[in-house]
Amino acid sequence: MEEKKVTKAQELVYELRIRDAMTKEVITIKPDHIIKDLRIMLKENRISGVPVVDRELMVGIISIEDLIKALAKNEMDAKVHEKMTKNVITLYEDEPIINAVKKFNKYDFGRFPILNREGKLVGILTQKDIIKGILRRIELDYHTNELQKYKNVDIFKDIVTEHTNIIVRRYVAGNDFIHGGEAAEEIKRSLAGLGIKPPIVRRAAIATYEAEMNLIIHADGGEMIANINKKRIKIEANDNGPGIPDIEKALKGGFSTAPDWVKELGFGAGLGFINIRNCADEINLESEVGEGTKLKIIINL
Amino acid sequence: MNHKLKGGSLTLREIKYKLALNIRTAKKHLNEEVTGGYSSDLLSDVMANAKKGNIWITIQSHPNIVAVASLLELSAIIVTGGKKIEKETLSRAEREDITIFDTTESTFNIVGKLYKMGVIGG
Repeated sequence: MEEKKVTKAQELVYELRIRDAMTKEVITIKPDHIIKDLRIMLKENRISGVPVVDRELMVGIISIEDLIKALAKNEMDAKVHEKMTKNVITLYEDEPIINAVKKFNKYDFGRFPILNREGKLVGILTQKDIIKGILRRIELDYHTNELQKYKNVDIFKDIVTEHTNIIVRRYVAGNDFIHGGEAAEEIKRSLAGLGIKPPIVRRAAIATYEAEMNLIIHADGGEMIANINKKRIKIEANDNGPGIPDIEKALKGGFSTAPDWVKELGFGAGLGFINIRNCADEINLESEVGEGTKLKIIINL
Repeated sequence: MNHKLKGGSLTLREIKYKLALNIRTAKKHLNEEVTGGYSSDLLSDVMANAKKGNIWITIQSHPNIVAVASLLELSAIIVTGGKKIEKETLSRAEREDITIFDTTESTFNIVGKLYKMGVIGG
């Protein structure tokens, strides 16, 4: 048996509300106007019917059909309230468009006045409005999808050769807590922009953040380099700081050499290297006391 | 056993209302649902354990909390204890589009209330 399909337009008819399609600037007419005035109003505004409003309350509706009937009976000087339809079929703005479609099928009217739940006239809906509303939404969805598709470009599949590396370089200032984390944010944005999958981006972001904070807290600044190719992301953090005396101990983590005032800010919990190790596939730490430190973090793609 | 309330997850708007929080930045995300919560004042601990979409409760108010929230894609930060939030933190949060709430209540009370509302950690 063939699988039943529902088109996007059908889906939208259930999803969109009347307020998403209706015309909000409603042209209205007063009950004591004469029918002749209606003719000009309909012609100039290119509409087929008008709600009749008396002191902010809708009292009826009058259409081109009523005009024709009056013309046939030669009653063009009659008042609007004499010829209008008093039992107006209306819809509420928060109803789904499918309700309007059903009403258009049931009644032979060209338009429905739309009310809010307080009973106030807030718009008018014709079948043309429904079509316009659906088309507008389809266009908007298409535009959004196009943008997303563009972002999901996997650069390494679509553009880059085997031997291409993309390098993002960032200098990090020491003790600059105000900008702490910004290098990690930039690198994260670059990775996401290159189409790398979110779980990998997150791991790289966490590892980069910890490496960056080490530069800020312990090393008096340094350089962060993200080097990305088809196979892996390599993040390097290099500094000319005091160096790490006991590398094994540092990598095990759980202690911190950060000053007290830094610890009070929530840094230096001793978890930095532990976090990096949990996020990376490989790390390499070289350090010389008095010279500086080089940290390499590798995350495979 | 941790279980998440699917289809009944709380939004930032409901949390803001029920806990009487003040919203300070990025006010357009109030319809966002939270995936759970995390409470810690040690940033590396948050980096290691908080999950995407979690709401983070802390007394830390310096600019780096914005980096943490942004990198982990947390839904919002609640700064507790009536701490005055630095101007730099607020402007960075607007730039990074991170929602920050503040409250005079303690972390303990806020976490307790959230837990009672069904916002769970883990």
